[in-house]
Amino acid sequence: MKYVIIGNSAGAVGCVEGIRQTDTDGGITLIASEPYHTYSRPLISYLLCGQTDEEKMKYRKASFYEDNKVDARLGVSVTKIDPAAKTVATDGGETIDYDRLFIATGSVPFIPPMSGLDTVEKKFTFMTLDSAKALDAALTPESRVLIIGAGLIGLKCAEGIHGKAGKITVVDLADRILPSILDKAGSDIMQKHIENHGIEFILSDSVKEFDGTTATLNSGAAVDFDVLVIAVGVRPATDLAKDAGLNVNRGIVTDIKCRTSDPNIYAAGDCTESLDITTGQNKIMALLPNAYMQGECAGKNMAGGDACYDKGIPMNAIGFFGLHIVSAGSYDGEEYIESDGVNYKKLVTKDGLLKGFILMGDVKRAGIYTSLIREQTPLNTIDFELVKRSPQLMAFAADSERRRKLSVKA
Amino acid sequence: MKKIYVNEEWCLGCHLCEYYCAFANSGKDNMVSALKDVKINPRIQVEEGKDICFAVNCRHCPDPICVKSCIAGALSKNSDGMIEIDTGKCVGCFTCVLVCPFGAIMPNDDGHAIQKCELCTKNGCGTPNCVAHCPNNAIVYEER
Repeated sequence: MKYVIIGNSAGAVGCVEGIRQTDTDGGITLIASEPYHTYSRPLISYLLCGQTDEEKMKYRKASFYEDNKVDARLGVSVTKIDPAAKTVATDGGETIDYDRLFIATGSVPFIPPMSGLDTVEKKFTFMTLDSAKALDAALTPESRVLIIGAGLIGLKCAEGIHGKAGKITVVDLADRILPSILDKAGSDIMQKHIENHGIEFILSDSVKEFDGTTATLNSGAAVDFDVLVIAVGVRPATDLAKDAGLNVNRGIVTDIKCRTSDPNIYAAGDCTESLDITTGQNKIMALLPNAYMQGECAGKNMAGGDACYDKGIPMNAIGFFGLHIVSAGSYDGEEYIESDGVNYKKLVTKDGLLKGFILMGDVKRAGIYTSLIREQTPLNTIDFELVKRSPQLMAFAADSERRRKLSVKA
Repeated sequence: MKKIYVNEEWCLGCHLCEYYCAFANSGKDNMVSALKDVKINPRIQVEEGKDICFAVNCRHCPDPICVKSCIAGALSKNSDGMIEIDTGKCVGCFTCVLVCPFGAIMPNDDGHAIQKCELCTKNGCGTPNCVAHCPNNAIVYEER
């Protein structure tokens, strides 16, 4: 069996490890446009603030490709997939055959059309190691940085460069920060916390026009800056899949086997749509753990296995300046809220199931909540009043269930 | 692989396992200096209910969701099947805290990385210290 993998991040690594669980010999060719050993993209903000370095941020050890007998073609881009001939073409002019193909092309920063953007000399996105290095090189202790976008990427960037820039201003069209993972109450707490570190927010506003180092906002306000970071969102990188005739909506459509509309082609991660079991809808869940687990599932199936990725849920763990947020699931249902101004907890239930939660501050043992969502545990089989107050295994009152959980065999 | 198991019916809820865990991982050779006036942050935690109590620590799951979810590649399964943390690689994002179904991974004292039970393999105790000092043999270290 000949495998070709496009991509070199969490999905691709999951795929390699999934294949190798059953097929120890089949040839794996991994092709990726970035010229680096597999590294963790979410760690680029930690790189800038000095909490990791390029060696430590490798996602797998240096011998990963060798250990897994992977022919890694790094710094090479795939230009075309031919599903009929079962080949991929590269920008080096090579044509490579496959029996099973895996697409994990990820996502790319979205840059909306903005008037006068071409007049801005120092402008960056914040997604890859190269983009982080370029931003880093442009910063001085006096730099006034304007970040467009108060989502996960924009704010992680703000935290990462906090010690390296003079002033940081974040502008977002939304009326609150981190709308993808927090509700209004949670956003307010986090916003105050981040503001306490000297970062300024301008919300419900957007850039009308750039002129060199000045951004005029739609409200009429003007922000002077030296360095611009655009972090308004990402788009799935689906061009190769579309051109190959695969079924693509916003992301590449995959089933619970992580297979695309072509039976020989699998896909995972940010470039795909997959089932969110909390809503029953297919959506893009651009999160590293999902990418890995989908990739692993795909890899197992490519090697002839019968794996399912049927527990996908949106979930996120992130912290800013020491205040942590963990969240999972969806938020349509009955709410239970605890808040003391610093710590915040919201649980959402519907149809007798825990559907989603947000914890901020005190995040301990949050995985017990996540597990209730992923396993779709009927809440009438546990002591939910107990687990609502604090996540604990004691809530699994049925003795046998708790014993089963605690005596997992090696 | 040998793992730590708790026999609920024998657990007294005395929390000594928590203290011995904290001591074992303190790097100190004297229990008083390790624990006096210290708010301990043990890797094993006792849950107490009305009629029952038991200690919980890492189950070293055969199919570990923490390892699969770790964004830094800092968690891994070693050749014995034990789940290890490379605290040098860990950036303290707490994704593992978000996914561990046992609530057995927690932030370490400085909050910049996580900690978990590594069966006292990295602190020179030999037999896990919680097991060695459980007064009622409620915590055992065995193959199952």
